[in-house]
Amino acid sequence: MNTITKAIGLALALSTALAGVAMAQSTEVRIGVALEPPTLDPTAGAAEAIDIVVYQNIFEGLTRIDEAGAVQPGLAESWTISDDGLTYTFKLHDGVTFHDGSTFDAEDVKFSFDRILAEDSVNAHKEFYEPISSVTVVDPLTVEMKLDRQIGRFLFDLGRGDAVIVAPESADNNANQPIGTGPFAFLQWDKGSRVILEAYQPYWGEPVHLTKATYVFISDTATLTNALLAGDIDGTNNFGQEALGVFEGNPQFTILAGTTEGETILGTNNRKAPFDNLKVRQAMAHALDRQAIIDGATYGYGTPIGSAFAPHNAYYVDLTGTYPHDVAKAKALLAEAGYPDGFSATLKLPPLAYASLSGQIIASQFAEVGIKLELINVEFAQWLEDVYTNKDFDLTIISHVEPFDIGNYANPDYYFGYDNPEFQALIETLNGTTDEAKRKELAIQAQTILADDAVNGYLFQLPQTGVWNAKLTGMWKDSPIEGLVLRDIRWAE
Amino acid sequence: MRRLFSHPSLAIGLIATLSFLAIGVLSLVWTPFPIEQINIPRRFLGITPEHWLGTDNLGRDMASLVMSGTWTSFLVAAIAVIIGMGVGVPLGLAAAAWGGPVEWLVLRLSDFIFAFPAIIVAILITALVGPGASNAIVAIGIFNIPVFARVARGGALSVATLDFVAAGRLAGLGNAMIAWRHLLPNIMSLLIVQGTIQMSLGILSEAGLSYIGLGTQPPATSLGLMLKDAQGLFLIHPWLTLVPGMAIVLIVIALNIAGDGLRDALDPRLRQENPNVLA
Repeated sequence: MNTITKAIGLALALSTALAGVAMAQSTEVRIGVALEPPTLDPTAGAAEAIDIVVYQNIFEGLTRIDEAGAVQPGLAESWTISDDGLTYTFKLHDGVTFHDGSTFDAEDVKFSFDRILAEDSVNAHKEFYEPISSVTVVDPLTVEMKLDRQIGRFLFDLGRGDAVIVAPESADNNANQPIGTGPFAFLQWDKGSRVILEAYQPYWGEPVHLTKATYVFISDTATLTNALLAGDIDGTNNFGQEALGVFEGNPQFTILAGTTEGETILGTNNRKAPFDNLKVRQAMAHALDRQAIIDGATYGYGTPIGSAFAPHNAYYVDLTGTYPHDVAKAKALLAEAGYPDGFSATLKLPPLAYASLSGQIIASQFAEVGIKLELINVEFAQWLEDVYTNKDFDLTIISHVEPFDIGNYANPDYYFGYDNPEFQALIETLNGTTDEAKRKELAIQAQTILADDAVNGYLFQLPQTGVWNAKLTGMWKDSPIEGLVLRDIRWAE
Repeated sequence: MRRLFSHPSLAIGLIATLSFLAIGVLSLVWTPFPIEQINIPRRFLGITPEHWLGTDNLGRDMASLVMSGTWTSFLVAAIAVIIGMGVGVPLGLAAAAWGGPVEWLVLRLSDFIFAFPAIIVAILITALVGPGASNAIVAIGIFNIPVFARVARGGALSVATLDFVAAGRLAGLGNAMIAWRHLLPNIMSLLIVQGTIQMSLGILSEAGLSYIGLGTQPPATSLGLMLKDAQGLFLIHPWLTLVPGMAIVLIVIALNIAGDGLRDALDPRLRQENPNVLA
């Protein structure tokens, strides 16, 4: 009898404990992400993995980018722009504190921008902010920025992870102990495993729904699949498209198929023969069968692109028809260029699933027109050194994930080596233009030049396919900027 | 020939191994489809009269891939065995013939190499010169060296005490000639058996190295690489994993049975226990 009572008691205690776990979960979330960030300081590194964890969660900027890619007020509640477009005056939010309790004011803004622009700055995108000539503290809640030339996307650039506001007391330790003004405070980083954030109660803005968020680092698709199925994690922002079928039709999961800013290209070394010949590049463009690449590498989730611009952007123009898939035309162009029997080249591939799949498919497509590709798979650090830094490559495949990165084509020293003075002048005009209609016209011109010149092979816009527990809401479907914003995520009742 | 059939396991193992080898060699001149031919609309077909083992995630013919992958496995494992024998056997024989400091040096060297599994050597080589099938060969080959050195020394020591070796020595043969003329031929059977076992270990190692991305690189293929490519798809298309996995298992079983059979057939001590031979 006694044993039975004990057993019942134990069972009751157990079920209460289990119910407790289930209830506690309603304000906590565990998210699987592919890559562990090298540091947690978004102002000191270019890795997307940093922004995934900290952007708009721990750190905030003067402005913030919303799910649609539009600029919203951030730490600055309002701003005015002078008529010549060179002076920006920001009114800051009152009552904002950093996670260590110190107060946020105009001095912190000045400190953050002086730090970005300093000689020894390690900011990955100093060039966005380089036109700032001075940052002046007018009063504790007002900051004035003077530019030495107009920048069309200045407010957007202020909303990037590179321009978040940090405090002078804590800035040096942000790599491992990040302290910002965001709705989530850093709690713990178990290196090689996870980062835990907890809600920051005195947060100045609208309160968030979650009390705790854990980022678990899992790079392998099969492991991620099992973790999702077993309930070890509640979702992931970008799941390998090849295995999405596991979750399709499963009512316990939601699949969010969206877009990113990533233009995936067949990077071509324009400095080097035979790729310095326009006819050869046109022949390669005709040899590409975009739809087969999209089906094979992204299982149909990618969107075709015809130039270096992401399709969801307002300035986008569809140029995918510039050089349609046409094997006979490609062969004819190769013959005109002096390569009637084709040629051999190397294709250096970074260790990313979309790159290695696209690479194998492109090698097969190029073989049809007589271009023999040798595939070289390299580690990411090696890829950065060989291709990006030393420009020692023929062809490569990579996705350019930053918003509005068409400006890279105006840099003749950039890795693909496109040197066109007309295009460079156009981008300079575009950067200095603030009128929307005029900007759009210039951006379309720029895209058309790149498509006509077939600078690179333009393949597809990198998709973002999130898999989440069906009870979670508020995740971003698209990724108009690098990040995984927790602000609106909540468990449905 | 009669001896071969008195050992059924040897016959089965050898026939199975040679069949796989023949399939591999055949892939050099003919496969049902070219392995680099990608045809996205025809992916995940399953078994059809045209594609005997179906097609993979890029629409490539699985039967062709398995044929080609089998050849890669045999090639890598065989060259690694040759490297192991070429370096390890002379070292082992030298240890047995000279003894003293030579023996000490060879044994310590073997211990040292033994401390590094093939995978550690492969990571080291990859860090230095990048991944590739040739690096897998070198890594597995290095791993094979101490195995053959020890087998050669052990076998040679037991032969070295026999009278005919002493007779050779009295006839004026030096250590090198003794090792070459008398020791080596008498340990040949041991080496062949060990070679078969190392072949099967080599095939497993190659599959393991390719699976973690340190071995064969696309567009070339190997059974381990096929497993790696199919891993993320396992829950949706288990067939893609099953085919290369079964191929590895069958090849390794065939080699092990052949190795066991060879040992039974070639080892003189076992032969004496065999009533057929006594009769």
